[in-house]
Amino acid sequence: MAVAESVDNFEINDYLRLEMMPHFLCPGCGHGIAMRALLWAVHELGIDKNKLAIVSGIGCSGRMGAYVDANTFHVTHGRPLAFATGLALARPDLEVVVITGDGDALAIGGNHLIHACRRNLRMTCLLLNNEVYGMTGGQVSPTTSENRLTTTTPAGNLEPVFDACKLAEAAGAGLVGREVTLQTPTLKDLIKEGLAYPGFAFIEVISDCTEIFGRKNDLGNSPEMILSQKKSMRPDSYGTVVDEPFRPNSLPTGVLARNDRPEYGETYRNFAKSKQGRAK
Amino acid sequence: MSNRTLPVNIQGNHACALGAVAAGCRFYAGYPITPSSEVAERMSAELPKVGGIFIQMEDEIGSMGAIIGASMGGSKVMTATSGPGFSLKQENIGYAAMTETPCVVVNVMRGGPSTGMPTRPAQGDVMQARWGTHGDHPAIVLVPSSVKEVFDETVRAFNLAETLRTPVILLIDEVVGHLVETIALPKASELDLVDRKWADGPKKGFQPFAVTDDMVPPMPRPGDGYRAHFTGLTHDESGFPTQKPEKVAQAVGRILDKLERHRDLIESYEALQTDDAELLVVAYGITGRSARKAVAMARDKGLKAGLLRPITLWPFPEAALKEATKNARHVLVPEMNAGQLCYEVERICGTERIARLNRFDGEAISPAHILEKIEELA
Repeated sequence: MAVAESVDNFEINDYLRLEMMPHFLCPGCGHGIAMRALLWAVHELGIDKNKLAIVSGIGCSGRMGAYVDANTFHVTHGRPLAFATGLALARPDLEVVVITGDGDALAIGGNHLIHACRRNLRMTCLLLNNEVYGMTGGQVSPTTSENRLTTTTPAGNLEPVFDACKLAEAAGAGLVGREVTLQTPTLKDLIKEGLAYPGFAFIEVISDCTEIFGRKNDLGNSPEMILSQKKSMRPDSYGTVVDEPFRPNSLPTGVLARNDRPEYGETYRNFAKSKQGRAK
Repeated sequence: MSNRTLPVNIQGNHACALGAVAAGCRFYAGYPITPSSEVAERMSAELPKVGGIFIQMEDEIGSMGAIIGASMGGSKVMTATSGPGFSLKQENIGYAAMTETPCVVVNVMRGGPSTGMPTRPAQGDVMQARWGTHGDHPAIVLVPSSVKEVFDETVRAFNLAETLRTPVILLIDEVVGHLVETIALPKASELDLVDRKWADGPKKGFQPFAVTDDMVPPMPRPGDGYRAHFTGLTHDESGFPTQKPEKVAQAVGRILDKLERHRDLIESYEALQTDDAELLVVAYGITGRSARKAVAMARDKGLKAGLLRPITLWPFPEAALKEATKNARHVLVPEMNAGQLCYEVERICGTERIARLNRFDGEAISPAHILEKIEELA
């Protein structure tokens, strides 16, 4: 990866397709903050926009790609990691970033997530977790907290939640991290670490869906929702491995796990090289 | 490939793999499924030798996604599967059609529906190959009937995918996939290979889905500076989503139209003794070979039989069928299914003259079986 430390001021408009504005995210949605953090990280690492490839799925998170001035691929529901696997293997010169959501990555696309973690192909996966299917009107997702009201859990969610980071860690992801949107500079630093990581980096961004999920559950306006994320955060866990079960009100943040091992693309290319010139 | 000019004994599935590599395929993603797995196995051995990439994905859907991703990155790509896997791939086949991403999808047909008969032959996916993914979409479907034709049609599938920026489906029936025949593999220099048009003009104001004369806009390659957007949402020339009726009509209309305009390039068939045929057999794949034999046997008996064997199933070679049925009193459509292509034949020839011969019990249709039906009709 081309890493040229930049001290220039970050101007987000340099990385946006301004002709696409206004964007379609709701007021108060945390996804925009995540996008800012990503682009800030891209800027600070000096990544060439021409080499940046953003692969996103379906849902609110999936629409982000269209606003970024890069090579952007808005693919099918749950499949961005599969598409990105092909792209990253075919084009190791690209900086591949996958943007997915809690439904996209943990429900319909769960199989691709665990195998992307296992394979450890170099790319950065941002899972924007807002606890709900926002695009389709607010149905329950695999990360919806217990008892929360959604349009398909009219009496409150009865199902237990997924801890995406523990899943990614168990499946073998090279780097696993989590951050809330409130701490944008910290989130930016975590994404930088992911982008610079020579393997599969999985980062869960705790986002918020104010308009649909927040309203339905009376969680207040966007600042209130975001501040409540901070209140339940555990700064003391920053940089350490998760050692407690995930609870919706206890979110360990920062780099949660590292599993340094060979990057798959390089492993395959070395294998292929050993076969070349030996064709009968 | 250059030193592989001696005749080789090879099965259809391996010929497909070698045809793909010869055509320039450098990325294959697949998932094990009978009776197509030999394609993946051969690709896993061949691709690394030529600097290509093979990956066994976690599922059929992921395989389809991975080849589209690699194609967007610039590779010529292929995947192979069979009935149940073909069903799973359908959504992403539609995505490839919508985003105009070249790819070759091989379906080695087995008995269905559902898990069906994994090791038995069938031709039950003819309509799925045409209409399997949702919405109005273009479909190119090729159906070889011999091991040599598998090689040739695989090469042609890549050329069509690259020329027209669209998915191409290669339907092979289980018999042909596992049939071992002696074929001479062509030298690399004997093959006419096509690479897709890559965008190389000005970056500013570039329209990745512009309406060009040939209806196939040049594709922007990531890293070349175009920073284009691809989406399965209906998009205008810019690549960004639109719901404006006139733009939607233009966008969907163009991806359908680009096939219509290139029918000459796409359509392929074998016409045998059709000039004076009073009874025309329309058959494809392994059934086409049985029909060829049956027609020869009928001629020996003095019956004016002929054969039209479509190698391109979709878009169907309509003009060729009209020409071949000029003098025909009967049109017999033997198929290893409950009747699928016969609907297209009926659409073109009318229902009056059509006779069907269907078998979906896991057995191929024999020449004798077709001859019997020819004699019955004559």
